[in-house]
Amino acid sequence: MRILVCVKRVPLTGGKMVLTADEQALETRHLGFTISPHEECGVEEAVKLVEAHGGEVSVLTLGPAEAEEQIRDSLANGGDRGVHLVTDSEEWDAQATAAAIVAAVHADEGTGGAYDLIVFGNESADAGNYQVGIRVAYALGRPVATGLKGLSVADGRARCEQEVPGGRDIYELPLPAVVSVLEGINLPRYPSVPAKLRARSKPVESSSPERPAPQLEKVRLVVPPGQGKQAEVLGTGPEAARRVVEIMREIGVA
Amino acid sequence: MTVLALVEHDGGSPDELSLQALALARDLGGPLHALAVGGPVTGLGAYGVETLHLVEDDRLAAYAPAAWAACLEQLVDQLQPSAVVAAGTNRGNEALAHLAARRDLPFAANVIGVGGDGTVTRVRWGGSLLEEARIDSDLKLLTAAPHMVEAATVNGGEAAVQPLDPELSDADLVVRVVEHAETPSAGISLAEAKVVVSGGRGVGSADGFGMLEELAGLLNAAVGCSRVVTMAGWRPHTDQVGQTGTKVAPDLYIACGISGATQHIAGCKGAKKILAINSDAEAPILSNADYAVIGDLAEIVPAITAELRKAQSS
Ligand SMILES: Cc1cc2nc3c(=O)[nH]c(=O)nc-3n(C[C@H](O)[C@H](O)[C@H](O)COP(=O)(O)OP(=O)(O)OC[C@H]3O[C@@H](n4cnc5c(N)ncnc54)[C@H](O)[C@@H]3O)c2cc1C
Ligand SMILES: Nc1ncnc2c1ncn2[C@@H]1O[C@H](COP(=O)(O)O)[C@@H](O)[C@H]1O
Repeated sequence: MRILVCVKRVPLTGGKMVLTADEQALETRHLGFTISPHEECGVEEAVKLVEAHGGEVSVLTLGPAEAEEQIRDSLANGGDRGVHLVTDSEEWDAQATAAAIVAAVHADEGTGGAYDLIVFGNESADAGNYQVGIRVAYALGRPVATGLKGLSVADGRARCEQEVPGGRDIYELPLPAVVSVLEGINLPRYPSVPAKLRARSKPVESSSPERPAPQLEKVRLVVPPGQGKQAEVLGTGPEAARRVVEIMREIGVA
Repeated sequence: MTVLALVEHDGGSPDELSLQALALARDLGGPLHALAVGGPVTGLGAYGVETLHLVEDDRLAAYAPAAWAACLEQLVDQLQPSAVVAAGTNRGNEALAHLAARRDLPFAANVIGVGGDGTVTRVRWGGSLLEEARIDSDLKLLTAAPHMVEAATVNGGEAAVQPLDPELSDADLVVRVVEHAETPSAGISLAEAKVVVSGGRGVGSADGFGMLEELAGLLNAAVGCSRVVTMAGWRPHTDQVGQTGTKVAPDLYIACGISGATQHIAGCKGAKKILAINSDAEAPILSNADYAVIGDLAEIVPAITAELRKAQSS
């Protein structure tokens, strides 16, 4: 199977959200970067499928030059090759992101053959647009199922499981198909040191698409009110237990 | 101009999150029309719906996202609305993303408010950050972020019902639910529990959760955890609270050995009260909590359990 996984570089924010002075982005000077847990699970799911059925996992990101770090991380977790659509640091909206991914898929499939499966996160960690995968599926004319907590492939079909109240809904998609997955579909592996070393020499192809004008245009970011209250300290150590139980009674839970 | 809303329902009674979406749709002005698949859905007039377009079609007996979008698209052609609104649920977001892809239009997911000039405020990072954005198109597609807008009734009569006969292509029905597997519910559901006892890295091991379970048992509580805990394999992902886990809204959330990363808080800020038990008096969780106990949770949690037992037996 040929599988493509799409991942997005995002800052690993800590205990609070701090904006840049122009309110256009998070202040990331002191932050590390990562991808969404959904996408980590997407990589793991693709790697497991290829381990079972043979084939190759490609990992694509649209992001700044530094986003090669997230490609390499995914390659350390079992991806075989990277596709880096390099941007300046400006954010792309979902329509533009999808269009760039579609163009890259067309180019890639022209040389390497069709992807049986293109895997997305259910939503990106930062923007949470809930749509890039669906747009890509339409542009390629392929079926798409979202929010998956279970996935298996047999006889040219993907069996897709979604958690719904009280149980699971099952979909059967003919391949080639597009899916988006949720954290919990698997437990991603930790990369070994040799795997990290091998990832450094795996191939990453890069190109630089043009950013079209956004149609969902960010005006500014706002930190929601409520951040920064201060807890009443009930005590230190086990002696505080009595006060805790008093509070539980006050609020009617004990 | 008309506004069109997608209403999800359970056997004819509208979902709370769809009623919230109707409130957001009303803020856009204009006569409100709704689409429901299956039905009939009752009581929508009280939420401002003038006309309910009802699809009753065997082909849609099972959920099919592209077909739902096709129904919306048909109504868009018919009514020429200024906006299409749905709830920010799995299906609401999915149906609108399909519609957006079919029309190549922008789509703003999880909106909490609309401005006069085509601007919206929407949530990012699972609610830890807000974005003001401009939707650059005549037809605005958006979903309402759950529990951020209140459902509101108006003095309206019953909505007029118009059957909609959907024109569906084969492609619209390729992806549909072919099977539903029931899973028996086990214990108190995390999402609905009145009290949640939650543990993070500070709990130290899978075994360490034994003392949290004991406390939870006395409080009729569900046990939750942070992502560090699920990644370590100490608890299943179904216990994870946060942006990529479950969102909880209990009366009391007890965070034991959890630092309070924004992605964790995104899942528990709906709690009425938060009690943090942490050895670090500077941990970020303290600026999101109502109460705190500073110290080693391995001593504090059993002490609370013992105190509670005493109180409950007296
Ligand atoms: C896109 C994205 C999505 C994410 N989604 C989620 C999510 O859904 N849920 C989630 O939880 N995380 C999520 N995370 C991860 C999140 O950023 C944090 O890494 C995680 O929440 C930290 O877990 P923790 O608080 O258990 O661990 P830590 O941050 O390591 O904190 C451990 C805490 O325990 C305290 N402690 C240690 N020992 C003791 C002791 N003996 N007694 C008392 N206190 C003690 C320490 O002082 C510290 O405050 C996400 C991250 C990203 C990037
Ligand atoms: N810049 C990007 N590069 C690669 N993949 C992306 C990018 N943005 C979004 N995606 C993919 O699309 C999914 C859904 O994103 P969104 O529609 O923004 O919520 C993400 O989980 C990723 O798999």
